[in-house]
Amino acid sequence: MTGKLDLDPVLVARARELARRAGRPVVELARGHTTVSVERAVLRLAGVVGADPDGIPWVNRLVEAVVADVGLGHGVALPVFDALVREQSADVTLLAQKAAAGSVRFQVPAGRAATAARRAARKAVAAGIRRIDRRRVERDRLVKRYGDPPRRPWIYLIVATGDIYEDIPQAQAAARAGADVIAVIRSTGQSLLDYVPEGATREGFAGTYATQENFRLMRAALDVSSKELGRYVRLTNYASGLCMPEMATLAGLERLDMMLNDSMYGILFRDINPVRTFVDQRFSRQVHARAGIIINTGEDNYLTTADAVDEAHTVTVSQLLNEYFAHEAGLADWQLGLGHAFEINPEVPESLRLELAHALLARELFPDAPLKWMPPTKHMTGDVFRGNLLDGFFNLVGALTGQGILLVGMMTEAVVTPWLSDRDIALQNVRYVLGAAGGLAEDFVPASGGFIQQRANRVLGEAVDLLERIGDQSLLTAIAEGTFGIMKRPADRGKGLDGVARHEAGYYNPATEILEQSRPEEVRR
Amino acid sequence: MTGGSVVRPYGDTTGDGMVQVSFTLPVPHDKRAEGAAVQLANKMGVDPALLVHAKPIGDGFTFFVVYGRVNHLVDLSAVRVVERDFPLLSAKEVNAVVKRRLRRKLSVVGACIGTDAHTVGIDAILNVKGIAGEKGLEYYRELSVTNLGAQVSVPELVEAARVARADAVLVSQVVTQRDAHLHNTREMSAAFREAMPAARRPLLIVGGPRFDESQAGELGVDRIFGRGTTPGEVASYLVHALITGRKAAVA
Repeated sequence: MTGKLDLDPVLVARARELARRAGRPVVELARGHTTVSVERAVLRLAGVVGADPDGIPWVNRLVEAVVADVGLGHGVALPVFDALVREQSADVTLLAQKAAAGSVRFQVPAGRAATAARRAARKAVAAGIRRIDRRRVERDRLVKRYGDPPRRPWIYLIVATGDIYEDIPQAQAAARAGADVIAVIRSTGQSLLDYVPEGATREGFAGTYATQENFRLMRAALDVSSKELGRYVRLTNYASGLCMPEMATLAGLERLDMMLNDSMYGILFRDINPVRTFVDQRFSRQVHARAGIIINTGEDNYLTTADAVDEAHTVTVSQLLNEYFAHEAGLADWQLGLGHAFEINPEVPESLRLELAHALLARELFPDAPLKWMPPTKHMTGDVFRGNLLDGFFNLVGALTGQGILLVGMMTEAVVTPWLSDRDIALQNVRYVLGAAGGLAEDFVPASGGFIQQRANRVLGEAVDLLERIGDQSLLTAIAEGTFGIMKRPADRGKGLDGVARHEAGYYNPATEILEQSRPEEVRR
Repeated sequence: MTGGSVVRPYGDTTGDGMVQVSFTLPVPHDKRAEGAAVQLANKMGVDPALLVHAKPIGDGFTFFVVYGRVNHLVDLSAVRVVERDFPLLSAKEVNAVVKRRLRRKLSVVGACIGTDAHTVGIDAILNVKGIAGEKGLEYYRELSVTNLGAQVSVPELVEAARVARADAVLVSQVVTQRDAHLHNTREMSAAFREAMPAARRPLLIVGGPRFDESQAGELGVDRIFGRGTTPGEVASYLVHALITGRKAAVA
């Protein structure tokens, strides 16, 4: 396909090469470091469950105990399974409890003890990964049984009451009203918690805590809805913040279908340490790849802070970087829900044509990715009537440019958390536009050399320029100097830095070993 | 002034009193539901109520749109509003004023002090992510923000403020057991008073859901912000207290 934008294939290849060059040192950095959250994810795969009476998970207590004795740099797998072998026990959770009580001493095993610990660790973690594999097979079976949504884009809707038992009927009602994907927004501030809360939760700030039990409850409820509606309803949560690797793992274990997972969001918008983020990112993406989870990246966020016209190219740059990091971690194109958004000020002349140019550029650059199309938020004023019209245009651009996942815009954005009726009106808007113009992408061919083609090519050119500048320094320097958004985020600052360690000689992580040995395509067959 | 200060809503002719409302009732759509919607409208003072739209949504809910004449009057002379004592500025305006009048970055240091680990409040105000669609103070080009995070001791905070040459110190307190938020705030303001002469002392601001906004003097701080405060309000206040208001007072 030559495409609708007449993009220069040499320039597109150049953009990808520059993204690879910018991203490679970050991957090298990630390969040489570990974090407390990566190690906790390993322990979760190895079967450590539950929390102490204060609600602090046993994985946290166990990692703390290991770090206190031998540090983090060897990984926790060898010290933990060495202790388990010595204790002649098979119960890792029990070991965590003993360790928290101070009755276990950890050491880095050598020689035969190391071989035994390694074998035991690999066996336990492999069992956890097999559980993820089974959930993936189960998803494939359910999708085959109930079917995918009848058309693209998939309709993505958010619930966020703070109470999982209130979320469930709302999510089921949304599915019945046409939602194909349900996202449960997390409680404000969860991304900065360095542990994953336990159990079903009934209160949160502007969202519901992401916990394994909440994941399980919602997935089970949506399985009931899928059966009732005759289409598989997908579930989304967030692999972001300080516990990203654990979130990815829990999502795999509980058969979540999509996870928000951006390579730089935590650094830029949450001031999480860049090294911590990149290390956690890589592990979480490897888990997502294995679990058959579609990731959603967060480029829409740039446009809420920066001008959507002036900074359009930063979205393209971030998409290219996210694509590189995703492929490197083993994700396939069908798993890349690269993000972008309808955020141009509607007062700007030709704003709709600019939106079309940007959306089509993303479509043509990533033809096999299910792009995540995000609605207007920045220019929603509280005038719900105008907002509904703006959302209609957003839906139209989504249909015209063949977007993969459409997050339903609410005309009450920035006013209230959506009411039942707001959601109904918003879905009616989507249904009307997709019903009336769903096939219009076929007829929509921008004029050769016209406004839309010119604009798209210009944004691509600016993206290449920015990638050239990043290539001259390095991605970490670029982030430190405030290239993305306006935030300066040096590599030695930010939250979660104390949970990062450079690998010592003999570092062992059975999860990474298994995940890197077999790629998801091979798993499937 | 014509006809005094009493007004009523305007539809398409003066004095027609016409309003439009929409709402959802938790009942399935049928004749009785429509009657219920009219009854609610009547009780709201809309009479006659014209039910123009009724649509079932979800299970057992119906959405209504009602037009009608409202029989209430508004007496403009009896309207009482609490005025904010500073103008609300956009991020652009805040940046412009700081750049033009202060001619350097305005330095803000924020923290949760004491044992309080709830950074929700300080992060909502400071992080770029912000809250309710408004970006946090880090987003303002002309503000230099240092977010110390949680469980910061008062001496650490004073030292950080000195190092950053803070123009303002923002402290968030969520935990209120045994009035911890009040004790911590008094300790903090006393420490700043002791450590720095009045002229050098940064503006002290505390925020949290359980503060009484009128207690600033008693707690020794310059300003208290309560529940629902947005970054824009805080930024506007900073500009007012440190730049525009101060100049005006001198002049």
